[in-house]
Amino acid sequence: MTSAVIVEDLLLLRDGLTRLLSMNGFEIAAAVDTGPAFLEAIDGCHPDVAVVDVRLPPTFTDEGLRAAIEARRRHPGFPVLILSQYVEQLYARELLSDGAGGVGYLLKDRVGDVGQFVEAVQRVADGGTAMDPEVVSQILARRSRRTPLAELTPREREVLALMAEGRTNAAIARGLVVTTKAVSKHIARIFDKLGLPPSDDDHRRVLAVLAYLNSGA
Amino acid sequence: MSTMPIHPTGADRRAARPERVTVWRRAWAAARCGGLLLAGGFIAAAALALLFLALGTLVFSPVAGLGLPFLAVMVWLVRPLARVERRRVRLIAGASVAEAYRPLRGSLLTRVRTLLIDAGTWRDLAWLFVQIVAGAVGLAFLAALVVGPVFVAAVVVQFLRGAGDGKVLALLPLGVLLAVAGWWGCPPVARGTAWLSGGLLAPGENARLRAQMEQLAESRAETVDARAAELRRIERDLHDGAQARLVSLTMSLGMAEQELDRHPEAARQLVAEARASARTALNELRHLVRGIHPPVLTERGLGGAVEALALASAVPVEVEVRLVERLPDPLESALYFVIAEALANVGRHSHASWAFVRLWEEQGRLRLMVHDDGHGGADPARGSGLRGIQQRLAAFDGHLTLSSPPGGPTELFAELPCRQ
Repeated sequence: MTSAVIVEDLLLLRDGLTRLLSMNGFEIAAAVDTGPAFLEAIDGCHPDVAVVDVRLPPTFTDEGLRAAIEARRRHPGFPVLILSQYVEQLYARELLSDGAGGVGYLLKDRVGDVGQFVEAVQRVADGGTAMDPEVVSQILARRSRRTPLAELTPREREVLALMAEGRTNAAIARGLVVTTKAVSKHIARIFDKLGLPPSDDDHRRVLAVLAYLNSGA
Repeated sequence: MSTMPIHPTGADRRAARPERVTVWRRAWAAARCGGLLLAGGFIAAAALALLFLALGTLVFSPVAGLGLPFLAVMVWLVRPLARVERRRVRLIAGASVAEAYRPLRGSLLTRVRTLLIDAGTWRDLAWLFVQIVAGAVGLAFLAALVVGPVFVAAVVVQFLRGAGDGKVLALLPLGVLLAVAGWWGCPPVARGTAWLSGGLLAPGENARLRAQMEQLAESRAETVDARAAELRRIERDLHDGAQARLVSLTMSLGMAEQELDRHPEAARQLVAEARASARTALNELRHLVRGIHPPVLTERGLGGAVEALALASAVPVEVEVRLVERLPDPLESALYFVIAEALANVGRHSHASWAFVRLWEEQGRLRLMVHDDGHGGADPARGSGLRGIQQRLAAFDGHLTLSSPPGGPTELFAELPCRQ
C-alpha cells in the first residue's frame, strides 16, 4: 500500500483529501498543516508521496512549495504532488529544476475527478510527473522562439504536452488516436531534437518535460 | 485719540464696555504691544548673532567644503527663530503665517541640498536682515514710550525743586515728544514690522502649491495602500472561503460518483455534504460581494443603502439623507463604507441606545454626521476603523472631525466636496 502525507491548512480540504485517498487504497501516514510539520513527517513516517498545498501558514504565500523543494533537497527525488487554487508555470519549473522525477502540480479542482486524481498521485509516487493541463496550455499559449522546442513539429509538441501531463505512451496514443508505436517514434525524435542522451527512459521523460516548461519562459 | 488698537475686533468690544474696563484694556493693550516689540528686539538680537555666523561661513568658504556645513547649520537655526517670529506676527496681526519648507529626507548631503534650494531658506535669510532693522526700530519706539514719561517726570521734579532757575523746563518738550512718539508710534510700528515679517516669512505661491501637492501625494499613497490591502483581503477570503468550499464540493461529488454503485448510502451522504458545501460557498460569496460593492447601493442609491445599513444595525438608527441628485459612484461607495464603518463602531464600542446618520449638501459640500448617545471615548489614533474612515475620506479631499468626550456623546462629522 502506498503511504501518503497530506499537507493542507484548511481543515475542510485536509479531511476531504484524507478521506478521498484512504477510500482509494492509500495509507495516510500523516495529515499536517505547516511546512515544518511536513518536513518532520517525512523523517518520522517515511511516506511514499506527499500531497502539498502551495499556500500554508504563517505567510500564506508559497510556503508549501518551498517546503516541498526543501524536502526534495534533503531527500532527492522524494515524490511531491503540489495542489493549488491557481497554477504558475514558474512554480512548476522550480519544482522540476532538480531534474529528478516524482513531481506533480495540479489545480485543486482536479480532485473532483477522483479516478484521475488518484491515478496522478500514484504516478507521482512511482516517480512520474503530473502537470496540470492548465500549466501545459499556458506554455502552448506562448509561442516560444529560439528554443530547441521550436524545431518540434506540431504533432511532436502535442505528444510532449501530453507527456508533461504525465500520460503513458498508451494513454498518449489513445488521446491522439494513433498507434503506440507511432507515439514511441515521436518520443524518440523529441528526445533527439532536445539533445537528451540515451539513458533510462523515465529520466529522459522528466528532462523533456523540464525543457518544455523552460521553453515558456 | 489715545487708544492703542491692536486687535481688529477691539473697537467693537470697547464700545460695549464701561469706562473703567476701557482704561484697563488700554493699559493691557499698551503692555502687550510693548511686550511684543520687546520680543521683536530679542529676535532681532538672535538674528544678528546668526548673521555673524553667516559671516563666519563666508570666511570659511574658501576652505573647500567647510563653509557648506556652517551654512546648513545656520539655516537650520534660522528656522526655529522664524517660527518664533511667525508666532509673534500672529499675536500682532491676528492672522497666522503658514510654514511650508521642502521636507528634509534622505542622506545628509541630500538634506543640505534641499535646504539650499528651498526658496523658503532664502526668504528666511532676507527676513533676517529686515528683522535686525525692524527690531531695532521697534525697540527705539518702546524705549521712547518708557523713557519719555520718566524724563517728563524727572524734569517736573527738578523744576519743583527749583533747580537751574526754571531753565530745566526747556527740556520738557523733548520728554513730551518722546512720550507721545512712543505712545502713538508703538502700535503702527508693531503692525508694520509684523506686516514686513509676515510678507517675507509666508511661503511663496510655489511653496504653497508644493505643500498641497505633497499632501495630495500622501493621501493618494494611503488610498493605494488601503486598496491593495483590500484586494489582498478579498483574495484571501475567496481562497479560504468559496474556492475551498467548491473544491471540497467537487471532492464530495467525485467520491459520491465512485461510491454510487458500491455503497449507495455513503454516496447519498456525500451528495448531501456537497450540497451543504455549495450553500456555504454561496453564502460566503454573498458576504464578500457585499463587502466589495453592496448590491443595494446599485439598486437604491446611497439613501436606500444607508437605510439598509440602519435596519441591519444592532442599535436603532435614524437616517436622514438629503441629496439633490445621485453622487458619482466612487463617492457614493466611499460614503457608504464610511457610514457602515461608523455604524459598526457604534454597534461594537459605544453601548449607545440610539444613533442618527445625517447626510446633506450645503454650499457645494457634502456633510455627514453620525451621532450616538453612547459612552464616548473614541480615539482615531487607536481604532483602525476610524483610520480607515479617514483614509477613505482623504481620497476625496474630505476631512473628519470626531468629538467623543468620555461619557459621550460621540459625534463624527465629515465634510467633502460634492463633485470631484
